Amino acid sequence: MAKTSLYDTTFCKTQQRLALRNCGVIDPENIDEYIAMDGYRALGKVLTEMTPDQVIDTILASGLRGRGGAGFPTGMKWKFASGNRGNVQKYVCCNADEGDPGAFMDRSVLEGDPHAVVEAMAIAGYAIGADQGYIYVRAEYPIAVKRLEIAIDQAKKYGLLGKDIFGTGFNFDLSIRLGAGAFVCGEETALMTSIEGKRGEPRPRPPFPAVKGLFEKPTILNNVETYANIPQIILNGAEWFSSIGTEKSKGTKVFALGGKITNTGLVEVPMGTSLRHIIEDIGGGIPNGKKFKAAQTGGPSGGCIPAEHLDTPIDYDNLLAIGSMMGSGGLIVMDEDNCMVDIARFFLDFTVDESCGKCTPCRVGTKRLLEILDKIISGNGEMEDLDKLEELANYIKSASLCGLGQTAPNPVLSTLRYFRDEYIAHIVDKKCPAGVCKKLIRYEIDPEKCIGCGMCAKKCPASTIQKTDYTAPGHKLPSMKIEQANCVKCGACMDTCKFGAISKH
Amino acid sequence: MKSLAELAEIREKNRSKVILPDGSKNLRVVVGMATCGIAAGATPVLNTLVEGVKAEGIADKVAVLQTGCVGVCQYEPVVEVYEAGKDRVTYVRMTAEKAERVLKEHLVGGKVVEEYLITTAQKA
Repeated sequence: MAKTSLYDTTFCKTQQRLALRNCGVIDPENIDEYIAMDGYRALGKVLTEMTPDQVIDTILASGLRGRGGAGFPTGMKWKFASGNRGNVQKYVCCNADEGDPGAFMDRSVLEGDPHAVVEAMAIAGYAIGADQGYIYVRAEYPIAVKRLEIAIDQAKKYGLLGKDIFGTGFNFDLSIRLGAGAFVCGEETALMTSIEGKRGEPRPRPPFPAVKGLFEKPTILNNVETYANIPQIILNGAEWFSSIGTEKSKGTKVFALGGKITNTGLVEVPMGTSLRHIIEDIGGGIPNGKKFKAAQTGGPSGGCIPAEHLDTPIDYDNLLAIGSMMGSGGLIVMDEDNCMVDIARFFLDFTVDESCGKCTPCRVGTKRLLEILDKIISGNGEMEDLDKLEELANYIKSASLCGLGQTAPNPVLSTLRYFRDEYIAHIVDKKCPAGVCKKLIRYEIDPEKCIGCGMCAKKCPASTIQKTDYTAPGHKLPSMKIEQANCVKCGACMDTCKFGAISKH
Repeated sequence: MKSLAELAEIREKNRSKVILPDGSKNLRVVVGMATCGIAAGATPVLNTLVEGVKAEGIADKVAVLQTGCVGVCQYEPVVEVYEAGKDRVTYVRMTAEKAERVLKEHLVGGKVVEEYLITTAQKA
């Protein structure tokens, strides 16, 4: 029989869906469907069969690490916040402020399986002794917000949130807080400050949130994908979970695969899968016969991984060792048409915009980095700029207040490390090898090939193309010429020319 | 919810709707309605299927539901058909017109529309 399903494609065959197990399977707006897939059974199990310490021990033993990016052991976080249960107010928070450009893992979980997060937060509440939770989600995710609201309402109606859950005396309530889209609010202390109703700015740690978090009370904060793993760890056991993945990174990781790749999409693979497998087998390789140049992980906090590291098994520690980081799971593939200096500039432009301005290294330092990069891509760079970039980047890393600034130079440092030759080409040869940086490229018309049809001149938005007095042998009309001074380098002329007379240098 | 037994009851009652049991003649049709699917045009597809199933008088046998994202961005909107004992069928790049054909030929007629399958789309 003919193969008919998504699961018959190479895209899906080698994926292992744990966090995404219900996404695309159940109706996210119907709690009964979630319950049919063993939903809330884990909550029932912890409340009736396990002590809070046993829950924490299970999560510790599973080896689950935070899926938001930094990879801190989740069980450890819970343990730090678990002291003095019942005597102090505590909070459980969920970080759904997914802000990396190109990342949409958390949105998919919230839109496809919101109850998994609700259930896991209640479990976390029981483990640390909290009766109130907050989900901090971006207002730019209206469908995720709507489905979360429905999920919380339904759970309350069923008595799976609220007072005396399963008749055990355990109370837990959940509220949603909307973020206004500031990238820095994905940082834990800024996120909690924002929930408190103040301007979202980070504060120094210690004290860590487990000691003094939301409203100055002990708080745990985990990412959406981390929570999505909790119920099945409780149901299937720590051993089951820790049997998946690598020695230090257990379980699976969801990646949002995008960029120059045949199959874009959401991919969940066991930790330790090689980049090559994700890109070539699952992703179907680079389209149009182009060559792979780099894979960008970790968004604005991560780095670019070159072809020589394609076979590295992906886990938290390996990615750090090669100068990138796991991040929340954005994975952008780049081919030979991407300029690495331009990529570094793109991410830095983003962090300059999103820096909250509270600490100087991040506020001023990232701006200075951007200025140096701008100088390089406009053809005015000098070799000593590279040393300046590196020196400044390291200062910013070590002196910034929060994760945003501490990781902001990573795109610059990793491209400098692996693609230094491209920087040098921009500085010494005044050329952009990928043909991206507009100030370093020029379009030219070959007068011998140009038949003088004038189509390019019609398309040119800057009206920089004029007739010359030269008519090539065999042609009836004089050839055209681009006035370089006014050219905006859009490339419209080259795309229009049917005779291959226009080239980019 | 006061007891685990109550939870188990809801689970048992609904399990056969999500995981169709052997011998069930019912169909379960899900339309990917996450942000990505909706942006690609899944809403008219869902509406066509819901209305069509009613109009054909097969609403008691065919459940049409929305679901989250299955993760194949470039193939949205995605419609999947589950039938007990058979391979899951994944239709991709759906439109209201294509949904009309799936309704008539597959949901009513029982014949898979090969043209719209993900496996066909991948060969092209």
